[in-house]
Parts: sequence; structure tokens; C-alpha cells
Amino acid sequence: MTVFAMLFLSIALMYACSKSEEEVTPEEKKITFSVPSNFPAPVYNFEDNKLSNAGFALGKKIFYEARLSADKSVSCGSCHQQFAAFTQLDHKVSHGVNSCQGKRNTPPLFNLAWQKAFFWDGGVKNIETSPLNAITDACEMGTDIQTIVAFLKNTAPYPDLFKQAFGSTEINSQLILKSIAQFTAVLVSGNSKYDKVMRKEGGISFTSTELAGYNLFKEKCTSCHAEPFFTDFSYRSNGLDLLSADEGRSHITGVAADFGKFRVPTLRNIEYTSPYMHDGRFYSLDEVLEHYNSGIKASTNLDVQLKTGIPLNITEKEQIKAFLKTLTDNEFIKNTLYSES
Amino acid sequence: MKLSQYFLALLCPIILLSSCKKGADEVTADTKSSFSIEFENQVNGSPLVLNTTTYKNAKGEDFKINVFKYYVSNIKLSKADGTTYLIPESYFLIDASKEESTNITLKDVPTGDYTKIEYTIGVDYARNFAGAQTGALDPINGMFWTWNSGYIFVKLEGTSPQSPATGNALTFHIGGVTDPNNTIRTFATEINAANPLRVRTDGKPNMHFKVNAAALFTGKTDISFSTLYLTMGGANSVIVANNYANGLFRLDHIHN
Repeated sequence: MTVFAMLFLSIALMYACSKSEEEVTPEEKKITFSVPSNFPAPVYNFEDNKLSNAGFALGKKIFYEARLSADKSVSCGSCHQQFAAFTQLDHKVSHGVNSCQGKRNTPPLFNLAWQKAFFWDGGVKNIETSPLNAITDACEMGTDIQTIVAFLKNTAPYPDLFKQAFGSTEINSQLILKSIAQFTAVLVSGNSKYDKVMRKEGGISFTSTELAGYNLFKEKCTSCHAEPFFTDFSYRSNGLDLLSADEGRSHITGVAADFGKFRVPTLRNIEYTSPYMHDGRFYSLDEVLEHYNSGIKASTNLDVQLKTGIPLNITEKEQIKAFLKTLTDNEFIKNTLYSES
Repeated sequence: MKLSQYFLALLCPIILLSSCKKGADEVTADTKSSFSIEFENQVNGSPLVLNTTTYKNAKGEDFKINVFKYYVSNIKLSKADGTTYLIPESYFLIDASKEESTNITLKDVPTGDYTKIEYTIGVDYARNFAGAQTGALDPINGMFWTWNSGYIFVKLEGTSPQSPATGNALTFHIGGVTDPNNTIRTFATEINAANPLRVRTDGKPNMHFKVNAAALFTGKTDISFSTLYLTMGGANSVIVANNYANGLFRLDHIHN
């Protein structure tokens, strides 16, 4: 009996020893796609693109790979910077190869798994094929998928990384795009103060100013910036110009009624995503709010809800701004899992 | 309520009948074989020769063709008794510049005599938005629009003296899957009952289609290159799709 106990004890000790050794080199944390409890079911669900640590790591490496662009200067991450909630800080419009300036403001990248369409005009309908647009645009990466396939085939350590991610040394456009989607679809931002208040986490509550802003927001803004994504994903004209210089959604639909309409942008992380609007014309939230207060132009396709503008006094503006800042998700912005290095 | 009872009464024998049929079919469903389709690209009866040969459209205007590519997908076969078989994952890109692409093989087809064939000229709605694809649908094939996602169903590029574009270019990229600019068209043709497509384990039949590239420019609307010389989706692509819906393919003969 005692022998057994001794044996058991020594085994237990050995086990404890090995366990502490493991702690020195901890196992890699499993990458997961998690749906915040205050979010609905996503559109993209990884059913046909099995999420793995190796797939995510490969997608992230490709996302930050500047050698993919025509002049090797621009990666996805150049225009989608984590500290700016994956849009480009200080740039009105995207800044591509050969210092070419695009025509629209870079959209931030998060909660993409809930989006049915992408870009300001909704031209792309699947997260997996979204990168093709940026890859081929002359003012973004200025290249093509053939060139990228060839580069990845001939550049270490990519063949090894593809093997780890997909079990085969084959590199093709489908696997490239699926790996990028493993990175971009995992970018979920749902841990802002707003989310925690909504989920009643740890007794967190709005300040009186934030709460006043939230109530004002629900009264004046949610018909377009619907919770919980703070966009209803529709295309609207918000009266920036009498005649829009950019045809917007009509470029995709060919319908005149869509001229000058753009996708309602999310307001999550809005504190970090300036400049604002499809052409990045406003640098501050004050300018944006003043546009709705006094700047709306009666363009042909102006959204009916904006016909009389959104009158806002100084106090109301401050309250709304205070609320909008509760949509900042610092855990997301600073999560090293998403960082280049 | 009464109506649905009638429906049910009607449905019962139909279900019984169809289950009967299925039972009878199972004998042949176990044996599968293959057949092939050859697409002979032509222009109004003359062989299609890229880059060099001059052709005439219905308006009498000269043109040359440099690129001619199209998708054939969702191939469905029917028997005389009305049963059909949709060949799964049947997506093919025929490229006039690639000889090997003009003869396609359909595998694992249940044996039997088929008297009708139909297929999509292009790619079905769902697959246009289904994410990253490979094989014939790989965007590497240059038949996928990146800015307004979806496939180019038929691509014809060339030149015509009448085209006012730079280099007298003709650019016909036909695609689009949403109204009012939906260009998905289905082609169907009956097969002579005297010589049906006989899919057998001991034979490899070949269907021979003639494909008339000039059908893009004639039919419902005769096109003049002076006014329509470039389309990449939209209303003009619908005009072209309506033209080629009936005139692009013609079943010439079957080697059984």
C-alpha cells in the first residue's frame, strides 16, 4: 500500500515537474473567432475555411507583406494600420504604389465577418475576394494575383507556411485569399465601453454625459448608424455636395438613384479612424457633426432623413462626442495578436 | 384548407410514382461513364483565327478577334422520360487561345440515353459571390471582376475600324448577375431522339458544338461598332447577352 502511495507520489511529482517545464515554453494559444454576446450571427462562418493558428499566422504575414505590391512599398497593413483601427491615419484617401493617391478613404477593418458587401460602394460581395480589389487597383498595390502566386511560391518561408496551414505545398490564389480571410475575419472589435455597458459587465456604466449622448444618438442617428455595428450597411447620400464628384454606389448598380451614395460607415473606433467620409474631407468629429447640423446640401439623391439636417447645439454635440468615444475598443487596437511583429 | 387537401391528394401519387421511377433508375445509376464536348469556335461559319483574320458583323463592319473566352457551367442532361441529371461542379472555361480547353470531359455521368442538354452561359448567381474559388473559377484566369465582384461570362476583345476607341479596340466583357443588368443566360438544345447522347461504360461519346463568336453582335439587336465597342457589365452587356443567348451555341452532331 505504501509502495503504491510512494509510486503515485513520485509520478505526481514528475508530472508536476514536466508541467512546470511546459510553462517555460507555453503552448500557442488557439486562435478563435468569437462572437460577442451582443452581436448577431455572422455572415462569414469559417465553414469552408477552417480556422487554424497556422492559417491565421500565414494570413497575417501576407497582410503585412509589402513585397507583394508593384514597387514593393505597400502592404495591406500600409493602408490598414492597427493603431488606426485598421484604416490609414491622417490620409484622406488611400496611398498606394508609386505614391499614387486613390480616390477614397481607406475603410477600417474589423467586424468584417458580419458584412455582406465591402468597400464604399459595396462592389465586392465576399470577404475572401475583397483583397483582389486592392491587389489590382493601380493606386493601391498595382499588381495581379498571378504575380503574387509566383512570388509566394518562390519566397521562403511561404511554401513551408502554406504547408503548415493547408497541409500541402501547393500555393494558389484560393489558399492565399482564404488565409488572408482567416486573419481579417478574426478581427472582431466588440470590447468597447459601450459593449461592456450593453452586456452589463462588471458594473460598468455610462457617465451622465455619455448617457445623454447615447439617448441623443438613439433619437437622431440610429436610423442609419444602427446598433450594434453602428451602421445598417445601407448606401446613402448624406448631402456632402450638391453634385458628387464620385458616382459612388451607382458605379456598381448602374442605377441613377444610387449616384453619390456611399455605404453608411461604422462608428465603432471612430475616435481613431479620422479623417472621415468617403473622401476623407473632415478631419475631426466636430466638423462631421457640424456638417449634419448646418452643412447638408440638397443633392438629388439626398437621404430623406437628412432633408432638414440634424440640428445640434453645442451641448448636444459634446454629449454625442462623449458617447461616440465609448465606442473605442482599446483591447482591439492594442491586441498584439493582430500586430505586424 | 380544401385546396391544400387537394394538393396533398395530388402529391401522394406523384411521390409514389417518383419513388417508383427512382427505384427503376437505380439500376443504371450505379454505372457511370464519361462523355466529352468539343466546342468548335467559329465566326459565321468560318474557323475562328485569332488576331489575323478579318470578319464582318451583321452591319457589314470589319472586325478581328484577339481574345475569345467563355464559361459553360451547370451542365444538365435530360432523358426522354423527363428525368434530369445535373453534373456537379461542372464549371468550364473555354479559351480560343488554348486548344486543350475547347474539348471538355464530363466524368461520372450515370449511363443512359440523354435527349436534351442545357447549361449556363457563364456562372450561376451563387458562385459569383461564394468567395475564393479555384480551377476554372480561379480569378487568375482573368475572368473575375475585382471592383464589382462577379465573373465575366463571355470575353471578346479585338479591333474594328469602326471603333472610336484607342487603337480601334473592341472590348466586350459580358457579366453581371443582378437586375436590371443580369446577364446569366441558359442555353438548351434537344438532341435528336434517333441519335441521343448514349453514355455507356463501353463508349465515350463526343458532342460537337459550333460556337459562333459573331452571335454577340447580332440577333435581338444588331450592333454597330461605331456606337457599341466597349462594355464591362451594365445595360450594354445585357444587349450582348440577349444576342448570344440563342445564337452562340449550336449542337452540330454527336459521335456515339
